[in-house]
Amino acid sequence: MNARMNITLWLMAVCSLLLSGCASVEPWVKPYERAHLADPIMNFQRNPVSSSYMTHVYQAREGARGAEGGHGGGCGCN
Amino acid sequence: MQKADTVVAVVATSTMKLCLLLLCLLCGALPTYAGVLPDDRADALYHSYDGGGVEITGPSVLVLKKIGQNVALSGNYYVDSISSASIDVVTTASKYSEDRTEVSAGADYMHGDSIMSVSYTNSDEDDYQSDTASFGVSMDMFGNMTTVSLGYARSWDTVENNNDPTFSKDVDRQNYKVGLSQVLTKDMIMELNYELITDEGYLNNPYRSARYVDPTSPIGYSYEPEVYPNTRTSNAVAVRSMYYLPYRAATYAEYRFFDDSWNITAHNIEIGYVHPLPSGWVLEGRYRYYTQNAADFYSDLFPRQDSQNFLARDKELSEFTSNTIGFTISYDFVQNGWYAIDRGSINFAYDHIMFDYDDFRDLRDKNAPVGKEPLYDFSADVAQIFVSIWF
Repeated sequence: MNARMNITLWLMAVCSLLLSGCASVEPWVKPYERAHLADPIMNFQRNPVSSSYMTHVYQAREGARGAEGGHGGGCGCN
Repeated sequence: MQKADTVVAVVATSTMKLCLLLLCLLCGALPTYAGVLPDDRADALYHSYDGGGVEITGPSVLVLKKIGQNVALSGNYYVDSISSASIDVVTTASKYSEDRTEVSAGADYMHGDSIMSVSYTNSDEDDYQSDTASFGVSMDMFGNMTTVSLGYARSWDTVENNNDPTFSKDVDRQNYKVGLSQVLTKDMIMELNYELITDEGYLNNPYRSARYVDPTSPIGYSYEPEVYPNTRTSNAVAVRSMYYLPYRAATYAEYRFFDDSWNITAHNIEIGYVHPLPSGWVLEGRYRYYTQNAADFYSDLFPRQDSQNFLARDKELSEFTSNTIGFTISYDFVQNGWYAIDRGSINFAYDHIMFDYDDFRDLRDKNAPVGKEPLYDFSADVAQIFVSIWF
């Protein structure tokens, strides 16, 4: 029952994501004001292969894991 | 312990359900705009880790290529070549070498306002195999000011023991992720990520041992195999932001909170500064602080053999802090296109990590009284050199 409930919630969330798009909210940062945000130095994942590697370095040596953002994930590090 | 596990698991599941419901309600009311697939790029990296008697080197190659307007494919090949004479190995086992190879393939599909992603990863080493399948969806909304993402991954691991060919145990892992990326001002962006991970199966390392007081031993203590619970549920939430300074440079900060059903609580913060120089050079400096307390069933020295149901002396489960200071130097060797290459950079990154353990003792000191050995600490040098090209 719990598993079915989880699947239903996930499907609802995904469907909501896919179907949303009816309302209109005015962005407070206009597209022409985003030159700074578009600069490559403002990218959290500027070097994805390097970020992924450092995530692995920390994950293998720390108790904490998850919410690293971007890439990262499984390590067969026993 | 089992009761505590159950309570934490129920709380974690409830939290996840609440997040999903909030997301459903949120998304029903928000407008959406087309997503953007990542740029075509290729990265070739060589990494080196040297610390605590462990040396790990190897390559990592990542290729990401769009096929048409709506599909992007990616592939990653990664190797760890490990030579280990760590403190655990020196005190309870013998030096070993092994390779771990990880291969991943993924695809992104952009449909209108959303990007759907699937990926598959296989990790293989002598005594540990892991397969992971993942699915994700992300969507831009509020005129591309907000990106919401959901992710799910499932892993199937097999743990083996090189000293016992009949030993084979399974681990199942599930990851649930929710992310929010938000443009706050024309100079500032913020990300919020939450991830719940559940493990079930054989979660300890078959080679590691716990230490207990043994008056019959000439050295005053003996070892017994570690025993971990068969389940673990963890929650991590991270917030990170990036700010464009009044001149062309950026600064960033991150905080992550972690807790799990083994009662490990951890915090880490990271701050960094990115400074482009004329002629295509980019310098980055960073500092990271990490701290955690010990798992419920961790002890450096148990009072007697079989003193409790679960036993661990794995230093990754002990109370410790670490400090990392690092930098990256990048040089754009192609800035305005060269044949099929739009842009290219060569990069060198170096991080120095210092680990200080509060309850893990250095047993190489044979003269100290049992349980009074000096606390263990070590530092590691992590270097990466990599080339990135965009085409």
